[in-house]
Amino acid sequence: MPKIETKKVNLYYGDYHALKNIDMQIEKNHVVALIGPSGCGKSTYLRLFNRMNDLIDNVRIEGDVLIDDKNIYEKGNDVDALRKKVGMVFQKPNPFPKTIYENVAYGLRINGVSNKSFVEERVTKSLQQAALWDEVKDKLKKSAFELSGGQQQRLCIARALAIEPSVILMDEPASALDPISTAKIEELIYELKKKYTIVIVTHNMQQAARVSDETAFFYLGELVEKNDTKEMFTNPKNTRTQNYITGRFG
Amino acid sequence: MSTTAVATRRDLRQRFRSMTGVTKNLKRKQLTEAIFFWTFRILSALVVAILFLILGFIFVKGIGVINWSFISEMPKEGMTEGGILPAIVGTLCLVAGSMLFAFPIGVMSGIYINEYAKASWYKRFIQIMTNNLAGIPSIVFGLFGMALFVNKLKFGDSIIAGSLTLGLLALPVIIRTTEEALKAVDKNFRQGSLALGATKWQTTYKVVLPIALPNIITGMILSIGRVSGETAPILFTVAAYYLPRLPHSVHDQVMALPYHLYVLTTSGTNIKASRDMAYGTALVLVLIVLIANLLANVLRRYFSKKVKMH
Repeated sequence: MPKIETKKVNLYYGDYHALKNIDMQIEKNHVVALIGPSGCGKSTYLRLFNRMNDLIDNVRIEGDVLIDDKNIYEKGNDVDALRKKVGMVFQKPNPFPKTIYENVAYGLRINGVSNKSFVEERVTKSLQQAALWDEVKDKLKKSAFELSGGQQQRLCIARALAIEPSVILMDEPASALDPISTAKIEELIYELKKKYTIVIVTHNMQQAARVSDETAFFYLGELVEKNDTKEMFTNPKNTRTQNYITGRFG
Repeated sequence: MSTTAVATRRDLRQRFRSMTGVTKNLKRKQLTEAIFFWTFRILSALVVAILFLILGFIFVKGIGVINWSFISEMPKEGMTEGGILPAIVGTLCLVAGSMLFAFPIGVMSGIYINEYAKASWYKRFIQIMTNNLAGIPSIVFGLFGMALFVNKLKFGDSIIAGSLTLGLLALPVIIRTTEEALKAVDKNFRQGSLALGATKWQTTYKVVLPIALPNIITGMILSIGRVSGETAPILFTVAAYYLPRLPHSVHDQVMALPYHLYVLTTSGTNIKASRDMAYGTALVLVLIVLIANLLANVLRRYFSKKVKMH
């Protein structure tokens, strides 16, 4: 059973047909990279999985999106519970204007967890998992804004990990970061996939090649090709894929 | 040989001419720049000067009568002697009462408009009506307050009727500033919180409001300034011409500084004799607004520090 599966998904922004008949399966503990030129629908597709598209007015979605074999768009489905299971890291690091500690603890607090030692333990563990612990363990009470962009992004990852999701969505998580911070995030993704299923949107072809097991190429709202990453980058089946990954357009 | 020399000379002359053209142009640009700069500068200085003129005038005229008994005693001898304590207390009660009513409702409306309402005709309608409310003359609020609170709801001339009327007046300011303050909060914060499974209310309460609070408080400062100085809305709803005692409950009438000022200047028992007291009253009113602003600023600072933006 795939971890995530979409069946004939169509998405419209008003009259605009943004996703066209997307069928895809994502295996558990895989990293899947979504690539394609700007406006191709890859971010929109990513945001299907935690229903962030719901926040936009005038969105219409058809088809099935299954996570653990359950249709997450079914009527009466608890969106908040879904988002606890499917964490997300955004393009621009967006820590809250709170302390480093409170940022990570936020997800627990909103779920009514108040046991102090439990929260402390979870915060520590999440920061360790996000490879940030050593850098911040002496300044947990400092504002998250004192951290560098790369550290802030890892803090956001720790924040997502703290509520123990099973899927992590990343929307160009390194596009606002310098090369060293980017490398750290990529190493982290490699570590995280042991426990989590990761879907990552990226503009950076090398990044897709480095971090992902599978790559899916989107173009004009269609899924053109999805394949094993190595296969995709060495032997693309579709000419449009080939043109894109060799940099001939996009 | 000679032709080249002539050509060179002509060339030079040409070049020189075009260069002076550039300098002329540059000079004109600098002049325009200077004219505008000084116009703006002088005009803004003028605004400050007017403010200081008003404050200075009131201060010089009013400081003479201000002493402890002026602010701690009841008026005496047909308001030509004694103090203005009941008017001070009355105004404080009205400001507090109106804020108690308008601040929560205004902030909640602002939250609804900016965080919950979807773009629709209904949202536009609320926004337009809020703006209209801000444009209604205060005397109309006074009449409305009298009709609704004093007569229909039978509150009589009372602190509660006056506070509610003043609160209505303050509502649009608070709603608008709350709306603007919330709008200024980066949507990435909201998305970050929602993506963690927080509800809209949790997101608003725990992330958005703390960031917006300092600016919301600015809205409160503005409305406190406005409310404490208004005369028309309290005229028919609470203000007493002469009532030398402190209120016991919200159902009591009170004197209030702006109305007292009006009385002392135009319709007191002896206008000439109470002229100085009128200036003293004006000064106290200005000081109260000033102190309220300072306090609110301290509050604002405190809340900005609590939000760890740096």
